Amino acid sequence: MANLTAWERLTIVRNKNRPTVRDYIPLIFDDFYEMHGDRCFGDDRAIIGGVAMLGGTAVTVIAEVKGRNIEENKESNFAMPHPEGYRKALRLARQAEKFHRPIICFIDTPGAFCGIGAEERGQGEAIARNLMEFFDVKVPIVSIVLGEGGSGGALALGICDELAMLENALYSVISPRGCASILWKDASREMEAANISKITADDLLQFGVCEVIIKEPLGGAHTNPQQMAESISEYLFDAVDRLSKIPLAKLLDSRYNKFRKIGVFEE
Amino acid sequence: MLEDIFNVVKSRFDPEPKNQSSGKVKIPSDLLFKCPRCQNVMFMDDFKGNAKVCSACGYHARLTAAERLDMTADKGSFIEYDKGMASLNPLDFPDYSQKLQELKQKTGMNEAIITGECTIRTRPCVIGIMDSHFMMASMGSVVGEKVTRAFERAAEKNLPVVLFTASGGARMQEGIISLMQMAKTSAAVGRHSAKGLLYITVLTDPTTGGVTASFASLGDIIIAEPKILVGFAGRRVIEGTIKQRLPDDFQSAEFLLQHGFIDMIVERRKMRKTLSRLISYHQPEREGVYHG
Ligand SMILES: [Zn+2]
Repeated sequence: MANLTAWERLTIVRNKNRPTVRDYIPLIFDDFYEMHGDRCFGDDRAIIGGVAMLGGTAVTVIAEVKGRNIEENKESNFAMPHPEGYRKALRLARQAEKFHRPIICFIDTPGAFCGIGAEERGQGEAIARNLMEFFDVKVPIVSIVLGEGGSGGALALGICDELAMLENALYSVISPRGCASILWKDASREMEAANISKITADDLLQFGVCEVIIKEPLGGAHTNPQQMAESISEYLFDAVDRLSKIPLAKLLDSRYNKFRKIGVFEE
Repeated sequence: MLEDIFNVVKSRFDPEPKNQSSGKVKIPSDLLFKCPRCQNVMFMDDFKGNAKVCSACGYHARLTAAERLDMTADKGSFIEYDKGMASLNPLDFPDYSQKLQELKQKTGMNEAIITGECTIRTRPCVIGIMDSHFMMASMGSVVGEKVTRAFERAAEKNLPVVLFTASGGARMQEGIISLMQMAKTSAAVGRHSAKGLLYITVLTDPTTGGVTASFASLGDIIIAEPKILVGFAGRRVIEGTIKQRLPDDFQSAEFLLQHGFIDMIVERRKMRKTLSRLISYHQPEREGVYHG
């Protein structure tokens, strides 16, 4: 599957049988207890979070939730979070820090929600605050892109010490559709846009945005969710163990430098 | 839904009325200014003499970075950082290099922001000014790097930062690299802040998308100019989602004040004094007011 185009991968991640974080959590963790609410406005169902055991280690899990059917999608707003979702994520991250738990974020969103309430409650501020504060959260953070990593809505859970992507996952600043409609005033040319935008896991590895690609079963994660979960699990055990051994000051400096070095320019 | 973070500003108001009645003479745009908010027409000289503020409704029109600097910094005090830094085309994105070249010639700028050190009524600070005339001041590598360096240098030198924001969002042509500038700049704001230093954001027309969702929303004090557009998602994207027209003041400075996301709205003619006073409140040792 090494030579699939971005468009072919997009078709795989949009397959309605592709496993979501709700499928993975019971396969990867023991005893997940969900924690609700941002203590301010409400409980956004597009982002869930809580505590769980990863083997013998207590961890905090924060995840964007795609639905597996119409009811679930209605509940989780098609994985498009509101500000209160990002604020819940930050609250749980600070709680993890207090109790020295590593944080595992799962990214799977077409983007932050665009609506009146989202603007009234400060969508921009909520994302910005997460970007700044996650750099200062004093425990290891691992983020994994499961399917679609859509723009700022994905990045708000993407400030981490290590970013992994499932083999077919995509991570982009704008959807191929949005890109096509701006570039050519023609949203139907999204296939073309996907293929020029450099949004695959391989591309992101080249750019130094992602560190690890987790192989998917042949045909995509949906062909064997159990096997996919085992691969994610194996990676997480290794990453959490590895990152937990790094002294805190060094960890935070590397986190800063991971993003600091990204940029292409001349002077 | 990813249009959220990108270039969403195009126009909240139609720049040209669609059906100019046949009898009327078309307005020569270099002699007259027509306010996009209230349609008031002013002579260009009067408009410029009024700091490019509409005399009827108070709309604060867009400035070039040079105009803003001239209005803000003490004469001759500005020392520019990273003047020569320019964008490349990391994705080999179609037409991007050519577009950059054209804009450089048209605006006389290398990129969409200038940064440096200056004094404002004798108060030293690091200053950044974004200019929407350069590709709607979208944030690519250069904007991200210059903002980041500005905060890092200010942290080294114990200086406050004053940043005039304007942006259509992330720069699509630089793909994921442009998205990462949001993270990079926010991290630098955090480090500057951790040193106990002051960051004042001045939101100007228009500030949207990925810039709103990063350093523009992170000031210790957030000021906006009157009547400007500030928001995360594009108006048309939201209208498309909710299938109804949004009220005119949606995502205005006044809307943000009402919802608790900015500290104050300050008119252009009072900006210099406001900035210098606010900076002085955060440097008690310079004032000789309090020595513990
Ligand atoms: Zn007006």
